[in-house]
Amino acid sequence: MSQPSMWEALRGVVRRDLLLAMRHRSDVAMSVFFVVIVASLFPLGVGPEPTVLRMIGPGVLWVTALLACLLSLGRLFTADYLDGVLEQMLLIPQPLVVLVVGKVFAHWVISGLPVVLLSPLLGLQFGLGGDSLGVLTLSLLLGTPTLSMIGAIGAALTLGLRGSGFLVALLVLPLFVPVLIFGAGAVTSSLAGIGSEANLSLLGACFLLSLAFAPWATAVALRIALE
Amino acid sequence: MSFTGINWFKYSSPQAFHPLAGRMIPWFSAAALVLIGVGLYIGFFVAPTDFQQGDAYRIIFVHVPAAWMSMFLYVIMAAWAGLGLGLNARPSFMMAQAIAPTGAMFTFLALLTGSMWGKPTWGAWWVWDARLTSELILLFQYIGIILLRASIDDLRRADRASAVFALVGVVNVPIIYFSVRWWNTLHQGASVSMTASPKMAATMVTAMLVMTLGFWMYSIAVTLARMRCVIVERERQPAWGKNASIQEVAEAR
Repeated sequence: MSQPSMWEALRGVVRRDLLLAMRHRSDVAMSVFFVVIVASLFPLGVGPEPTVLRMIGPGVLWVTALLACLLSLGRLFTADYLDGVLEQMLLIPQPLVVLVVGKVFAHWVISGLPVVLLSPLLGLQFGLGGDSLGVLTLSLLLGTPTLSMIGAIGAALTLGLRGSGFLVALLVLPLFVPVLIFGAGAVTSSLAGIGSEANLSLLGACFLLSLAFAPWATAVALRIALE
Repeated sequence: MSFTGINWFKYSSPQAFHPLAGRMIPWFSAAALVLIGVGLYIGFFVAPTDFQQGDAYRIIFVHVPAAWMSMFLYVIMAAWAGLGLGLNARPSFMMAQAIAPTGAMFTFLALLTGSMWGKPTWGAWWVWDARLTSELILLFQYIGIILLRASIDDLRRADRASAVFALVGVVNVPIIYFSVRWWNTLHQGASVSMTASPKMAATMVTAMLVMTLGFWMYSIAVTLARMRCVIVERERQPAWGKNASIQEVAEAR
């Protein structure tokens, strides 16, 4: 029997995680509805003034996406850790980074992509329109995978610890800040009509930087957590 | 270790390092006291009054060295953490653990003195400027490292997990350092650099550098003292302190 290639291993991990998510559809729906409800609370809290809403809209939607990613980080490794599957996965002949990339990609498809797809609708709630809606969707498309990758480091470091929910937030939120600044900045600058290219480029740089380093850091952290 | 006369790794053993640290602490403490005293004297009594900012500027003699130390100490802590991961050496992790609280203290001091300077000069305690924000994130990172270590009971995992997080956070240090150049924000650019002549009076530079040296000495002294505590805490074994009773050893386990 020949060993599966790295590519096949990656596909296998992604397929398994997506399949598991499809068997528990309510879990996926929960993070989507969380975003919708939190985003809808802000207009109720600060009042329905259109100018105010348009001003805070980009920031609010980005913070909401950030929190949704944070809350779903617990799902990334915990279930597999508790039933022992993760320990077996560390024994695969392919590099552990492949497994991490697969799991993070599946996590993004489950928790990040729905937010991206929903964002134009949520943007309308805040009175964004035209170009800025497109920029919002694009910035989230570039930014949410970065969030998943950075979040995976925190999830792996705090695996199986008491109070890991709060701890992962404390570790990961400071690292999310650049993504939040550039992401919300892109939308704000497109609203102000000064072009969002600079911020989007910086978001892309964040994405590439975390793609280059985060999976390795996560793999190291997983080995530390499971040794 | 028979190939040379000197055993280079003698002090990498905690048992050997503990007394050495004890002997070094008084020297570094004395140097810190003298240097900080001299630096403050030059800063407060010798350096001229700034023609724009008046005497309010004098807080930079604490602010700038503290901000430098907050970044230096982070890099040094991360270097020890990386060394620990690479060589699997416990004393390196202990050093990283001992440095973290001092680094957090200097970060807090830099933010505090900065806001005390900002109120009379900018008219606000706090602005969301790139350098202030990134320095605040540095403080959060220090706190994250300390909390992550504290919430893991298994020492080996605590060491290694906080080391990985410390290394990931190094990304932030160049962002803080270059933030005033990359973003044109309220915080002024660097007045002192290695390559160009300083944009301020010579006595001001002297005071700042003397203060920085003093903060270095303070950091070393405090880190060594904390290191001694960490060593004693971790190496509670019968061979140590011969007067430890069996019950005490059993409780320690």
